[in-house]
Amino acid sequence: MAKLESSLKNMLLSLTAIALIAAGLMASLYSVTSEPIQKSKEQKSVEAIKAVLPAFDKIENDTANGLNIYKAYKADGQFIGAAVESMSKNGFGGEIKVMVGFDAQGNITEYSVLEQKETPGLGTKMVTWFRPQTEKKKSLLETIFHYEVKTAEKQSSIIGKNPAVNKMTVSKDGGEIDAITASTISSRAFLESVRTAYNAYAAANNQKQTDANSGATQTTEGNNNEQ
Amino acid sequence: MGQLVVSPSPHTRSSVSTPNLMFGVIAALLPALAVSVYYFGIGTLIVTLTSVASCVLFEYLIQKFLLKQQPTISDGSAILTGLLLAFNLPSNLPIGIIIVGAAFAIGVGKMAFGGLGQNLFNPALAGRVFLLISFPVQMTTWPVPKGFGTNYIDAETGATALNMLKNHFGTLPETTDMLLGQMGGSLGEVSAIALLIGFAFLLFRRIITWHIPVTIFATVFVFQGILYLADPTQFASPVAHLLAGGLMLGAIFMATDYVTSPMSICGKVVYAIGIGIITVVIRNFGSFPEGMSFAILIMNAVTPLINTYIKPKRFGEVK
Amino acid sequence: MNNNLKILLNGLIKENPTFVLLLGMCPTLGTTSSAINGMSMGLATTFVLICSNVVISLIKNLVPDKVRIPAYIVVIAAFVTMVEMVMQAYVPALYASLGLFIPLIVVNCIVLGRAEAFAAKNSVVPSMFDGLGIGLGFTLALTLLGSIRELLGTGKIFNFAIYPESYGMLLFVLAPGAFIALGFLIALVNKLRKS
Repeated sequence: MAKLESSLKNMLLSLTAIALIAAGLMASLYSVTSEPIQKSKEQKSVEAIKAVLPAFDKIENDTANGLNIYKAYKADGQFIGAAVESMSKNGFGGEIKVMVGFDAQGNITEYSVLEQKETPGLGTKMVTWFRPQTEKKKSLLETIFHYEVKTAEKQSSIIGKNPAVNKMTVSKDGGEIDAITASTISSRAFLESVRTAYNAYAAANNQKQTDANSGATQTTEGNNNEQ
Repeated sequence: MGQLVVSPSPHTRSSVSTPNLMFGVIAALLPALAVSVYYFGIGTLIVTLTSVASCVLFEYLIQKFLLKQQPTISDGSAILTGLLLAFNLPSNLPIGIIIVGAAFAIGVGKMAFGGLGQNLFNPALAGRVFLLISFPVQMTTWPVPKGFGTNYIDAETGATALNMLKNHFGTLPETTDMLLGQMGGSLGEVSAIALLIGFAFLLFRRIITWHIPVTIFATVFVFQGILYLADPTQFASPVAHLLAGGLMLGAIFMATDYVTSPMSICGKVVYAIGIGIITVVIRNFGSFPEGMSFAILIMNAVTPLINTYIKPKRFGEVK
Repeated sequence: MNNNLKILLNGLIKENPTFVLLLGMCPTLGTTSSAINGMSMGLATTFVLICSNVVISLIKNLVPDKVRIPAYIVVIAAFVTMVEMVMQAYVPALYASLGLFIPLIVVNCIVLGRAEAFAAKNSVVPSMFDGLGIGLGFTLALTLLGSIRELLGTGKIFNFAIYPESYGMLLFVLAPGAFIALGFLIALVNKLRKS
């Protein structure tokens, strides 16, 4: 078949035909995938809340101290906890946004870092640092040569702690949490956002508050120690 | 190799040779090294020796076996790279990391571009920035100066003045301590006085001209001064910024590297102003506390462009 | 058939899009922070390449010369959008990590380049093999680069720990590591090609 000549009519016809066929294909594929896409999008917005709370059936939005709170209930109306979207402006690279989950007693169930601009390899470790230490998987070299690189013992987990009872500051400031190695500033900012979250949670539930700026018993001076 | 390039006349002869210049710079670094040994003890010696030895070794191995050239380690440039790299490291850095840094400095920073004279970036700084990004924890835990008896391993660590400047906490060291070098930091950067003595020696021997270092100091002072006057609670004083971190070391010994800085006086000034501004911007607004090494590397990359637009005057040319 | 095999190997090795043609550098540098990411990006591009090559070689005579580029782009964009929708619907985790780079396959010069240089001049079967060869060459390069970066940066390959993570050089996971690793890989390939 000879190639079509580049006349205006041919160009119009061929482009229109191609565009129409492509659009038709897109439309049919869209009708198939739109439902799963919608589902995965919805999941994403609920996921951040789901990730930090035990299983729940419905969510009620609330605000306290200017922060968004998502209260979670069982189907029978039993209150099982709340997720608080909190932030701190004192990170090394600026703002840190976290989602912290509390159970009905105010114990921290889980957290997730939504946004941060910390130094790569230092402050960015906050994403996992404040969880309980997981069992380390041995690498191939370690298995072959029968040795182990020791990771330092740390008391850095905030899971299960209650900011009303536990001092949520870094150990250098007299608190119970070990800071991320070489990034005390990021750790302080993170813990500050957790305390802010707890205060909002407590305000919404009328529980005992902890001083957001300095931890449970600390004076404001405590925040100004050397790094 | 093998092709003789004839530069434009006149072909004056002088007694200045590469080894001469290199060992002159090395001599100028010795006061700062001595101060560092005084404050950080045995760690300084271990780090410096490891760094110098591995730089020389890598240069020899690469030239001999990879490039199959006559090794030129006797010109002193690898020793200087090793020394400058060590000056930019904390004095308690594990030996393995130093060797990796030296391999990167020589292998990627220098030899990948074709060796001395061809490298686009200052090799020692390339090595330092590589280590800083790769091993941020080890590279930012600085030993507290405890005098000659400071341990190499398990030294007590603390914050540097720059970290304090950035985050407005803690008490800065006294200005006299910052001048002498009694503060945490990379092993060669702490003592402003020792570095200035080295600067005087370099000027006296006419190894470098004053333009680059002085312009950098002035730019940082003025720019930081404007920020400080605008909001003293947010930004630290310009004097503290001049004395803290690697500014002195970088301005005197790193930014003035012949190979990676512009040729003409005018170009040098443009280059130095660029370094000053980028340093202040990174120190105040970036996510790393120190911006000097990044600033020099960025301006290193701009140097060919500066050389194109601001040509050195030809011999005998009258404007 | 022998000829088709030759076309396939040509794309895979002799005209490898990443190491030899140096095309598609944006996804090459952007998505190779781990082996699995590099491989997924390569496979997504391979799919688009095969489909667009086949369709374009089919319609090449129906498209007048003056409008061939817009026509090809519409075809390519249609396939990319399909990949994107399917990925978003059924593998959201992968979509989250490759997100931005999937729509960018449209402007990946490899795809349009092969359409223009090969599919527009050849019949369907060789075009398909060309798409497959170039696509696999791209996948191979991205997987290799991703593995090297993952190994040097975190001590793992495809998430399998080779050496302790604390020895990893973080730089290789970040963007500068992509440039350095790619540079050395190209140097190595050049050396091998010469000898």
